[in-house]
Amino acid sequence: MKLVIAIIQPHKLDDVMRELDLQEIHLKTVTNVLGCGRQKGVTEVYRGVKEAGTLLKKVRLEIGVNDAFVQPTVDAIIKGARTGNIGDGKIFVLPMEECIRIRSGEKGKVAIG
Amino acid sequence: MPAINYGDTAWMLVSTALVMAMTAPGLAMFYGGLVRRKNVLSTMMQSFIILCLISVQWVLWGYSLAFGPDAGHFVGNLSWFALNGVGLAPNADYAATIPHQLFMVYQMMFAVITPALITGAFAERIKFSTFVVFTLLWATLVYDPVAHWVWGKGGWLHNLGALDFAGGTVVHISSGISALVFALVIGKRVGYPKITPAPHNMTYTVIGAALLWFGWFGFNAGSALAANELAVSAFINTNTATATAALAWIVIDWFVTRRPTVLGAATGAVAGLVAITPAAGFVTPMGAIAIGIVVAIVCYTSVAVIKGKLGYDDSLDAFGVHGVGGTVGALLTGVFASKMINSGGADGGIFGNWKQVGIQAIAVVAVIAYAAVVTLILTKVLNLIMGLRVKDEDEAIGLDITQHKESAYTLID
Repeated sequence: MKLVIAIIQPHKLDDVMRELDLQEIHLKTVTNVLGCGRQKGVTEVYRGVKEAGTLLKKVRLEIGVNDAFVQPTVDAIIKGARTGNIGDGKIFVLPMEECIRIRSGEKGKVAIG
Repeated sequence: MPAINYGDTAWMLVSTALVMAMTAPGLAMFYGGLVRRKNVLSTMMQSFIILCLISVQWVLWGYSLAFGPDAGHFVGNLSWFALNGVGLAPNADYAATIPHQLFMVYQMMFAVITPALITGAFAERIKFSTFVVFTLLWATLVYDPVAHWVWGKGGWLHNLGALDFAGGTVVHISSGISALVFALVIGKRVGYPKITPAPHNMTYTVIGAALLWFGWFGFNAGSALAANELAVSAFINTNTATATAALAWIVIDWFVTRRPTVLGAATGAVAGLVAITPAAGFVTPMGAIAIGIVVAIVCYTSVAVIKGKLGYDDSLDAFGVHGVGGTVGALLTGVFASKMINSGGADGGIFGNWKQVGIQAIAVVAVIAYAAVVTLILTKVLNLIMGLRVKDEDEAIGLDITQHKESAYTLID
């Protein structure tokens, strides 16, 4: 099991959601976040508004997946989020110890999907 | 020289300010709350900038085209350009007891809100530069002539005897039908109707609707052009029809969606305000209740059923509420009007004069046809020259950042 965390441009969220749906990856958590990368928050034309200091608005996706779904998830996020410009974001893939469904107490592989 | 009445003058100054408040903040907040958070500034900016643009257009040539000396019963001529000859002495053709310039500035606020109503149709995808040019051209080529037809001395609908107390045809039908044409020409928002964007701040929308209601007292009761019995009658009709329509709307809501929605109450109130506008100075309070009920049923059907079936993206229901509600009000004015309320008006159908409904229908059809054709030509030409829409990517990022390089809300601080 892996936890995929992606930081993307806010306006690409719809595209990423659509790509994930096409891969039948439906379970996800989305939050508004602020961040900056190597450019230290330098904004290109139309690429975002600075928040505090050099921080730019981004959207963060968290998706817990079984091992077979890691690559399709990463591919779908890249397909939806990539513009080729600075600021497209990053994807982190982390090992995940456990996954528990609160309602039923189910654990592991079955609890993810 | 006719004498100025200070009571009338005081009331009309206040009414002018009330009608101004309908556009900004009223309509700006009503529409601003209904769009997504990335478009709230651009939507409010549209109402705000129209207030500025038309204020200048009106004193330069708009007032002269609408109310200036008649040219062929179609439009005023330009002899009042830049307020030439429009002074402080009353003009008995329009309002005998207040300064002519006060009548001019009161009418200015009507000319301001009318194009602002259209902005609901192209919200969240219009290019700001094109919007500015469209607004100026539309005000000059559609609003000014239509205002002359109905209200100008010598205008052909005025001569025909069409009743329009405060602007049902001039303001609401003209803007509503133009909104529909614009929505059809500019096309749907990306993703619509699969994704129907939710209002980002309903509290704005409710406050905006309440401000519209407040300002509408100046719009309708002010259209008596005096602080007199007729103004009181229009005031009470306005309030009665609005309250009735809001109640009727949430009752329908309750049956259809199992809940009385807040947006339903706000939308119902605006529909009631629209429908009573042409009738406010001609009907009894019982007529106002009837108009409120009918407009709620018709507009609900148009917004919740017909729009979905036909598939156009009139994003904030400028046509569904103003075009449809204005038509309902204009026709029902011909049914419920009474000379007992306004001796300068006419009796309607229920008082034996069904011919009045026919006259009202002629006015409605004429305004719809003219506004639709001119708006169609304007939008098609502007689409070729300047482009109506922003790029899809800019639409996704939002108009606030792409058109104005600003953002309404921060995440932290």
